[in-house]
Amino acid sequence: MTDLTELSEPVSFPQDRTCPYHPPTGYDPLRTARPLARVQLYDGRPAWLVTGHAVARDLLADPRLSTDRTRSGFPVTTPRFAAVRDRKPALLGVDDPKHRTQRRMMIPSFTLKRATELRPRIQEIVDELLDAMIAQGPPVDLVRAFALPVPSMVICSLLGVPYADHEFFEEQSRRLLRGPTAEETQDARDRLAAYLEELIDHKQRQPGEGLLDELVQQRLREGELDREELTALAMILLVAGHETTANMISLGTYTLLLHPDRLAELRADPSLLPDAIEELMRMLSIADGLLRLATEDIEIAGTTIRAGDGVVFSTSVINRDEDVYPAPDTLDFHRSTRHHVAFGFGIHQCLGQNLARTELEIALRTLLERLPGLRLAAPPEEIPFKPGNTIQGMLELPVSW
Amino acid sequence: MHIEIDKDRCIGAGQCALTAPGVFTQDDDGFSSLLPGREDGAGDPLVREAARACPVGAITLSEDE
Repeated sequence: MTDLTELSEPVSFPQDRTCPYHPPTGYDPLRTARPLARVQLYDGRPAWLVTGHAVARDLLADPRLSTDRTRSGFPVTTPRFAAVRDRKPALLGVDDPKHRTQRRMMIPSFTLKRATELRPRIQEIVDELLDAMIAQGPPVDLVRAFALPVPSMVICSLLGVPYADHEFFEEQSRRLLRGPTAEETQDARDRLAAYLEELIDHKQRQPGEGLLDELVQQRLREGELDREELTALAMILLVAGHETTANMISLGTYTLLLHPDRLAELRADPSLLPDAIEELMRMLSIADGLLRLATEDIEIAGTTIRAGDGVVFSTSVINRDEDVYPAPDTLDFHRSTRHHVAFGFGIHQCLGQNLARTELEIALRTLLERLPGLRLAAPPEEIPFKPGNTIQGMLELPVSW
Repeated sequence: MHIEIDKDRCIGAGQCALTAPGVFTQDDDGFSSLLPGREDGAGDPLVREAARACPVGAITLSEDE
């Protein structure tokens, strides 16, 4: 183990990946510094970076770490994030006990059983999109034709958001999560909020059948939620519901295409798919940089994290802890991927994980079945992917078949 | 084996039911619960993994005396 105080220069966090499915090479010193390292954020502030798997699980479940970004001293990783610190997003930006109340309203809609019930609808969406893609013929940008519309249509269907508005909210989500300026991020958030407020108004007058309609009819009417909170919930569900899964589909496909032996193995034995998806989630760790603020001193791993310190979890580094995952850089569908933290851990662990697994399974299985000759339509190193300061994934994915 | 689920702590992530579907399920509210007839874990070795998979440590296992 390297003591980070021995490192001559502080490692900056986040950094851009050099290969879209591996952690940035600039994190190499952090990978030998487990379980905790010191990093420097973009604004020059130091923060703790959690790199060890066991310590990550302990700390992510520790109520002394807050996700409330409005607290002073909360770690800020981008100017974009600094611009939207004034308001907390629902669920992932709220501490208990309020978080607990919000989460409890949501969980019946995101159980394993509910995800299973949605299978036929997801399959229908996947089939229709592939029909259209095949009719259009290669080459196709898989991000636009498939990876983004699949989860976008599924979350619209679940929430009761009209998919006809998808260009608008996909664009605002893009600006919110990776707009070039802070002003743009703020503007995107305000536009999305205005859109969702209007949608909620409409649903009050004319109820439909989605989760938002249920929340309007039951929770808003009973006074358990106010309009502002409901809008915040709708925003987080809509944005998180399509951006993350879209990235897993695009980056997962890219990774498989660059591992032809693994892909052949998967095609030969599709029953490997659930394990393959867990392994892809471990390896790709697309939400790489979960942010927390210590509200009390925490003694852990022989170190004291002081109240007021920023704590950042690099899921890509944590999910490659050699003590838990031998040969961690190798894509291996036969390893035990259990307990990876790609969906986080603790009270904020991804609400939509069961839905995400189901969508990924149906999307990847059907894509591989329908397009046996699927291949990249550009040199892999020329295909653009997302910068390190947002959810990881492909910006485009030109494919042929 | 005795399995205790702290429903107060449960966040309905479904990790237990995903890991050991022969023992755990989610009730209508999304909370972890034990399948009828499997309350003792039915000797399923995945029960320990399920407890470890719980993101909030809501599952406690103890061996019967």
